Amino acid sequence: MSAPTLTQDPAAKDRRPRRPRAGAVRPPAGGLGKALRRNVTAHGFLIGAVLCFAFFSWYPIVREFLLAFQKTDDGQVSWVGWDNFVTVWNDPAFGQAWRNTLWFTALALVLGFAVPFLTALVINEFRHGQGYLRLLVYLPVMLPPTASVLLFKYLYDPGYGMFNEVLGVFGIPAQQWLQDPDTAMLSVVVASTWMNMGGATLIYLAALQGVPGELYEAAELDGAGLLRKVWHVTIPQTRLVLALMLLMQIIATMQVFIEPFLLTGGAGPEGSTTTVVYLIYQYAFNFNNYGAAAALGLILLVLLAGFSALYTRLNRATEE
Amino acid sequence: MRRARFRRTRRAGAVTLVSALTLTALAACGTSSSSDDGDDGNGSGANTDAAAPLDPKTKVTITIDCMPPAAKKAELKEWNEDVKEFNKTYPNVTIEGRSTPGQCLEPPRFTAMLKAKSQPDVFYTYFTDLEQVLDNDGAQDISAYVNDKTVPLLKDIDPDVLGSLKKDDKLYGLPTSNYRMGLLINRTLFEKAGLDPDTPPATWDEVRAAAKKIAGLGGGVAGFGEYSAANTGGWHFTAQMYSLGGDVVDASGTKAAFNDAIGKQVAENLHAMRWEDDSMGKTQLLKWGDLQKQIATDKLGMFLAAPDDVTYMVQQLGAKYENFGMGPIPGGKNTLAGGNNYMIKKGISPDKVKAAIAWLNFKFTTVGKGQYDWERTKADGLPVGLPQPNLWLNDSKTKDDAARVEFATMPVQNFKAFMDNPVPGKAEPPKAQEIYKVLDNVMSGILTNKDADIDKLLSTAETQVNQVLANQ
Repeated sequence: MSAPTLTQDPAAKDRRPRRPRAGAVRPPAGGLGKALRRNVTAHGFLIGAVLCFAFFSWYPIVREFLLAFQKTDDGQVSWVGWDNFVTVWNDPAFGQAWRNTLWFTALALVLGFAVPFLTALVINEFRHGQGYLRLLVYLPVMLPPTASVLLFKYLYDPGYGMFNEVLGVFGIPAQQWLQDPDTAMLSVVVASTWMNMGGATLIYLAALQGVPGELYEAAELDGAGLLRKVWHVTIPQTRLVLALMLLMQIIATMQVFIEPFLLTGGAGPEGSTTTVVYLIYQYAFNFNNYGAAAALGLILLVLLAGFSALYTRLNRATEE
Repeated sequence: MRRARFRRTRRAGAVTLVSALTLTALAACGTSSSSDDGDDGNGSGANTDAAAPLDPKTKVTITIDCMPPAAKKAELKEWNEDVKEFNKTYPNVTIEGRSTPGQCLEPPRFTAMLKAKSQPDVFYTYFTDLEQVLDNDGAQDISAYVNDKTVPLLKDIDPDVLGSLKKDDKLYGLPTSNYRMGLLINRTLFEKAGLDPDTPPATWDEVRAAAKKIAGLGGGVAGFGEYSAANTGGWHFTAQMYSLGGDVVDASGTKAAFNDAIGKQVAENLHAMRWEDDSMGKTQLLKWGDLQKQIATDKLGMFLAAPDDVTYMVQQLGAKYENFGMGPIPGGKNTLAGGNNYMIKKGISPDKVKAAIAWLNFKFTTVGKGQYDWERTKADGLPVGLPQPNLWLNDSKTKDDAARVEFATMPVQNFKAFMDNPVPGKAEPPKAQEIYKVLDNVMSGILTNKDADIDKLLSTAETQVNQVLANQ
């Protein structure tokens, strides 16, 4: 038994086994049947999960695809081709719902993307009490969304809401917040950001803490201030996490439903908070038009699938 | 290398294909519709005359929903008593009640039930569900089964109410309750504002004047309240159109009819109350439940409602009956009317249909029995004295009204104005929910935007409703 060498062999780096690229794992040779037979016990354990996924996840997805091309409201199921898509396209709310959803997404990216990152930067600067601050930031996420929304409903109330009380102290006239077509969506985004920023902040914080300290030291030696350190060290080092979170946020915000549904009753003043998912909900549960609901869902799915593909690629890049 | 990739692709393709086929097969399982027991629903399996009452020797079991849940102790006790009483006449019929917590009928659940054909033999619906039920081929035509032998008081049931359950002269249900929208008032606030609570406002001008006085009390009190979210805004806009003799859809059912002088009058009046008088409160985007909470806590003077809203406020919100009164809908030309009923699942055997009708007749359409046993209702601590449900005409009405007054648990005179001034009922428009969704924008525009362009709101909504109607 030889003692381990403490000196680094310069060639060792080249001899280190390369990690296979994700997705390039080779399946066992010999066909599907053989693969199944090779490990019967393991596949037996998988059956439960597979059945659960099949019934509660894959089947509904397939069904949704089928429904989008079917008419089901006459007691019989009939194939109607693209009719449901035409119905959805001709709906006067279609354009408005997409505009509102994109507007929500844009606002959510400005607020919901920047605020957690800046919060993480600030927390990261603290030497003491980081755990306490992390808990504080994450607390709103622990609240049930409905409770948070009701809280904001009271804060925003134009009659007796706290926000208008605070404005009144500074002599600023009371605002309508959720009840003004021009400010309703922004108010929804602010509430949504407060409710959901905890998770994002913790992820950014983890990414920030992964940045090697010597890079900051080197930047400081070069005379960089805080902003230049953030710009030249922090952002490049957390670039992939930032990109990943950006995509995740786009995917999540495009599916916004709970906040406008509970804060403004869904449509909002003059329909200013009608979102695509709310429209899907209306089709399915208020108009009993499951075909149209599925068709609009499919349109949204195609769009989000593009983002998801991008997300997967980025995710793979971060892993490597 | 390339071959290996090709093999992998082929294998993956095979797996995908097998999965897709399996799932498609599964999906196909879900699209088949089945009839309950193979009967075609037209009585072809029957060996008896549809018009004859159920033979007491024939054993049948029927499932029926909307049995009161355990939380509603008094109602459940009455249900069980009624089943026992009914079984004295029909010992051969087993009633299997099904109850759901909360509302009997939640539209999403109801729709799913119809699609899956999983409704019980006797199922609860709103009048407005008839089209949807028939679209799903869900209800039995019971015209041949309902006559003066099976439903002895049939001639005394308000034909308007029965009309709501008919399509092409075929009857599809029996009513359990009905409502007509009126003006619900908070008597305490009326008195505080120096108004006479026994004479609720009868015109929209009077409503405006009264609302102004009530809002003048201060402390965040609103004079008049309206919905503007979750399709309820459009629902009430429709009610206001009806009240002034207008309509939201023309007689042909293909064109919007609210962008006219009446529509403008409704919109301008509401806008003036909200922004000029400041008598409608600052908080808007309200939906069903919000106004009830406000009026129950003496924060609202008036709103359009049906009498059963009062029961909700007393039982769920702890309000007192004495605090409320009701008048007819201001304007009084027409009012939104609706109600609840039971339908019978298409495809069940004729004997089951007869058993169902016998039970429905005993429980819901017999004066002095079932839900009209007011003496028992009072003894069980449940409300007696609300003006609705009131399905009756002629002698039945006289008898039932007298019993209500005799066993009243609330000041019946508070509803006198509503009772003495009946307004003709008018049903909801076609594609009601979709039209209400569009009209929500008109209501929310008026009530949340001081500078709302009413002409533009109405013409935009008109275009959109025309599109909705064209998509039928």
